[in-house]
Amino acid sequence: MEFFRFSRDIPFMSWRRVAAVISITTFILSVFFIATRGLNFGVDFTGGTVLEVSYEQTADLNRIREILAGMDMTDVTVQNFGTSRDVMIRLPVIPEYSSAQLSETVLDALREADSTVEMRRVEFVGPQVGQELLENGALALLFVSLGIVAYLAVRFEWKFGIAGIIANLHDVIIILGFFAFFQWEFSLTVLAAVLAVLGYSVNESVVIFDRIRENFRKLRKVPVKDVINNAITRTMARTIMTHGSTQMVIISMLLFGGEVLYYFALALTIGIWFGIYSSIMVASSILILFGVKREDLLQPEEKKPENDGAVV
Amino acid sequence: MNRYPLWKYLIIAVSLLLGLLYTLPNFFGESPAVQISPLRMATQADTGLLQRVETTLANAGIDSNGLFLEEGSIKVRFEDTDTQIKAKDLLQSTLGDDYMIALNLLPNSPQWLTELGALPMYLGLDLRGGVHFMLEVDMEGAVSKTLDRHSNDIRSTLREKRISYAGVERLGDTLTVKFRDAESRSQALDELRTTYEDLLFKEEQTNNRFNLTASIRPEAMIQMQDSTVQQNITTLRNRVNELGVAEPIIQKAGADRVIVQLPGVQDTAKAKEILGRTATLEIRMVDEERDLDAALQGRIPFGTELYEERGSGPILVKKQVLLTGDRITDAQPGFNEDNQPAVHIRLDNNGAQIFKKLTRENVGRRMAILLIERNQAEVVTAPVIREEIGGGRVQISGRMTTMEARDVSLLLRAGALAAPMDIIEERTVGPSLGADNIARGFNSTLYGFVAVAIFIMVYYMAFGVISVLALSLNLLLLVGLLSILQATLTLPGMAALALTVGMAIDANVLINERIRDELRAGVSPQLAISAGYERATGTILDSNITTLIAGIALFAFGSGPVKGFAVVLCLGILTSVFTAIFVSRGMVNYMYGSRRKLEVVPIGKIWIPKTDNTRKQFKYAFPQESVVAATESTASPQAQNNKSAAAKAEPVTGNRAGKDTETGSSSETEAIPEESQSSAASENKPEATDNQPQKSTRVRGKRKQTTRKGKKK
Repeated sequence: MEFFRFSRDIPFMSWRRVAAVISITTFILSVFFIATRGLNFGVDFTGGTVLEVSYEQTADLNRIREILAGMDMTDVTVQNFGTSRDVMIRLPVIPEYSSAQLSETVLDALREADSTVEMRRVEFVGPQVGQELLENGALALLFVSLGIVAYLAVRFEWKFGIAGIIANLHDVIIILGFFAFFQWEFSLTVLAAVLAVLGYSVNESVVIFDRIRENFRKLRKVPVKDVINNAITRTMARTIMTHGSTQMVIISMLLFGGEVLYYFALALTIGIWFGIYSSIMVASSILILFGVKREDLLQPEEKKPENDGAVV
Repeated sequence: MNRYPLWKYLIIAVSLLLGLLYTLPNFFGESPAVQISPLRMATQADTGLLQRVETTLANAGIDSNGLFLEEGSIKVRFEDTDTQIKAKDLLQSTLGDDYMIALNLLPNSPQWLTELGALPMYLGLDLRGGVHFMLEVDMEGAVSKTLDRHSNDIRSTLREKRISYAGVERLGDTLTVKFRDAESRSQALDELRTTYEDLLFKEEQTNNRFNLTASIRPEAMIQMQDSTVQQNITTLRNRVNELGVAEPIIQKAGADRVIVQLPGVQDTAKAKEILGRTATLEIRMVDEERDLDAALQGRIPFGTELYEERGSGPILVKKQVLLTGDRITDAQPGFNEDNQPAVHIRLDNNGAQIFKKLTRENVGRRMAILLIERNQAEVVTAPVIREEIGGGRVQISGRMTTMEARDVSLLLRAGALAAPMDIIEERTVGPSLGADNIARGFNSTLYGFVAVAIFIMVYYMAFGVISVLALSLNLLLLVGLLSILQATLTLPGMAALALTVGMAIDANVLINERIRDELRAGVSPQLAISAGYERATGTILDSNITTLIAGIALFAFGSGPVKGFAVVLCLGILTSVFTAIFVSRGMVNYMYGSRRKLEVVPIGKIWIPKTDNTRKQFKYAFPQESVVAATESTASPQAQNNKSAAAKAEPVTGNRAGKDTETGSSSETEAIPEESQSSAASENKPEATDNQPQKSTRVRGKRKQTTRKGKKK
C-alpha cells in the first residue's frame, strides 16, 4: 500500500507568500486573543482551590451554588465535570479561611446537604506557588528554545536553528491562541503538552533539514528552492504516517483519557497539525528568507585521503 | 551486509529478558497487608516480634497469607481488606504505642521476583489516591522568635555584668540596645561579642544616643534556616508515624519548604490537624519518695502524676513545671568523658540560669524530661543530677545506647516545630479517582497502541509487523525501566507512555520510508534494507535529541505531575531509539539478512514513478538522479553542465548486490575510499552499486573510518 504518489516535486516554496500571509494572520490573531481575552489559567497558576466531588445521582448544581453562597463565598464556579454526577467547584483564595480549612469546610457543608457526596479530588495552590509555577513554565520554555537553537546550530547551521525555533514558537503561540480564544483551561498538564509539542514538532523540521542537507550534497547544481521542495516532497510520506500514528494515540487519549488528559490531548492535536504546517511552510520559507546556501552546510571539498586500498 | 554478530543478538535477547523480568511484577496486582514498624530507633523489628505477631494473629484466629520481615518492619499479607482491618485493630491493641501499625498494599509477585529487586512501578498519588502537601516554613517567624530570645538573653547578660543600658528593642530583623554613654556601650560590646557569636554588632550614634544594633550573621542565618527546616521535618516525621501511613514521603524542597506525601490517606482533615499541631517539652522533678506501687494501683499521691518512661517502666513525676522546652536551643547526640553515649543539650541564657538553680538544689535526685503532644505526656528520659550545672550546657548520659542517645536528642529538638508552617499547596486524590485514572491512562495507551499497530502492519506488511514488535518491546523496556528505577508514575506519566507509542513509531516510519525510497530507486533488496537503516539513523538521532532537550527542561523546571511526564518522556526516547534502530534491525537481519537471494522486501507494494519519460520532466527528484548528481560533481565536470544528466541514468540493476553480500559487513564501512573510487569510475558503470555504500554512510563516514581497517579482509 502506498498513499503518497508524488511523481514530481510539489512546489511548496512557490506558495511561501501565501503561507506567510496565513502564518502572520494566525499569529497576530493568536497574540490578539492572548492579549485581549487572556489565558484561562487553571488553579495551578492562579492559586485557589479546586474541589471535585461526585454524587450518586445527578448533581444539583444550583443547590450547591446556594450552599456556597450561604457560606459567603463569592467568585465560585460550580460546573459539571465529565458526567452529570461529577461536579467541579473552583474557589478563589479566601483570606478568612486557611487553605487547610477551606476544602474541609466546603466538604462538610456539602455532606450535610447530601450525604452521598464523595470527595474525588482537592487541589489547593497558594498564590505564591502559582506564580512560581508560571515562572518555571516560562523558564522551561526559554530553556527548551535555546537548547533547540543551539542543537540545530551545531548539527546544521545557525540559520537552521533560528528557522526551526521561529517555526515552532509560532506553533506554541497558536496553541496558546486557541486556548485563549476558546477559554479552555490552561493547567500545568497543558503546559507540559505545549513543551512536548515544542520538542516534537522540531522533529519534523529536523527531518526536513536533514533531507535538505543531503540534497545539497547530492544535487549540486540545483537551485536552493528546488532542493527544499524536493526535500519536503520526499519526506511527505513519513510526515503523514508519523503524525497520523501520533494523532491516533492522541485521539485514543481524547476518548479514554478523562478530563485531566482532555486538554492535554487537545493541545497536542493543535500542536501536531500546526507543527506539520510550520515545518513545511514556515521553517523552510525562513531558511530561504535567510538566504541559505549550499556552502552553509557543506565544507569546501576536503582533500580526499589517498585511496587506501579499499575495494568494492 | 544485513547480519549481526552473535553478541548483538545476545544484547537484544538479554534486554528482552530483563524487560520481561522487571515488567512482570506489574501484572500480579497487590494484596492488602498490615505493616508493623517500630516507632523508636531503640526498638527493633526482629524475629522475636515476628513470632509475637504470628501468635497474636493465630490466637485470634485470623488467617494470614504470609508474614515476613523486610527493611526493618514486619509485613503481613491478608486475603481481603476486612481481615486486614481486623488484624490491624488487634495488633494495635496488643503491641501498643511502640509500634506503628499501618495498612498497606503489597505486590503479589512471587518471592523470587521480589528477591531479584523486581517491583511493580511506583504509582504517584494521582493514581493510588492520597494526600500531597507542600508546607512552607515561616522563616520570618523563626527569625523573630530567635531575636526575641536573644533580646531577653542580652538583657540578662547586661544585668548580670552590671552594665547599665536604657533598653533593648526589636525592629524588624535587628535588635537595638540603647545606652546612655559611650563607655558602657563599648563595655557591653566587648561582653556581648564574645557571648553571642551568631550576632553581628554595630555601633550607632544618633542625637546623643548611644546604640548598639545587632543582627543575625548571614552564615548563622543560613544555618538557622537549615536547622529549622530539618527540625520541622523531624517533627513532621514523628507525627506522620502516628497516622499509620505505610510509605510516607517527607522531604525538603528548596530552602524553606517541605513536601509531605501520604499515599492512601483518606482522612485529610485528620492529616492536616496532626501536621499542624504543636508539642511542648517540660522539665520536672521525679518524685522518688512516694510509693510507686501504690500509685500503680490507682492511688496516685497528691501533687504528682504517673507517667511511662520511654524504654523503661512507669515513673512518678511532680506536677510543678521547672523549665519548658523552648529554652532548649539545641540537642545533639555524642559521648561523655568516659566515652559513654550522651546527649548534649544547650539552653538559652534564661534557661541556663534556671537550670543552674534547679541542679544546685537537687543534686542526687532525678529530673524528668516530658514530651507533651495532644495532651498525651511521656517521659523521654529521667537522668540523675550529679552536680550543679551552669553555663547552659547540659549533658545527659548513663544507661543509654548510641541509638537511644540519638532518639532522645532528636525528640528534644523535634518535640515542637522550630517555626510555624503553612500549607501552601495541597493535592488530594480520592481512591476512586485514583483507580479511574489508572484505567484512563491504561486505556489511552492500549487503544492508541492497537490503532497504531493495525495501521502500521497494514501499511508496511512484514516490516510493519517488525516495527510493531519493536514498539511492543519498547513499551516493555520502558515499563521495565520505570519499575527498576521506581520512578513515580503519574497520570501525565501514563500520557507520556501513550505519547511514546505515537512518537516512537516515527523512527520505524523513517526507516521503512527510507527502505521504500531505496527500493523505488531500484536498489537491490538487501542493499535497500541496509541503506534504509543507515540513512535513517542520523535523522532519528537528531529528531529524538530535540525532544530529549524538551524532556530534560520539563524535568528540571517542572514540578509534581509534570516531572512525572518528563521522566517517562525521556526514558521513552531512550528506549525507542534503542528498539527502533537496534532491535528492529536485529529482527530484520535475523529474518532476511541470511537470504542470499532476497527477491522482494515485504514492505508493502511500492509505487514507482513510471517511465523515463516522466522522469525527464521530473527535475531532480529521485535517487537515480541524485546518484548521478553526486557522481558528476566529483567526477566529470562536463557532466555538470549537462542538465539532463538525470535522464541518462541507466536503469539500475542489482547485479552487484550479490558481491556486496559476499563482502559482508565491510561494504557499509567503505564509505570514503568508495567515494574517491567512484569518482574515478566511468559513468556507464551501474551507478547504484558504486554509490550505494557511499550514500549509506556519507553522513557518518568519517567516524567509521577507524573501524574499517580492522574489518577489512
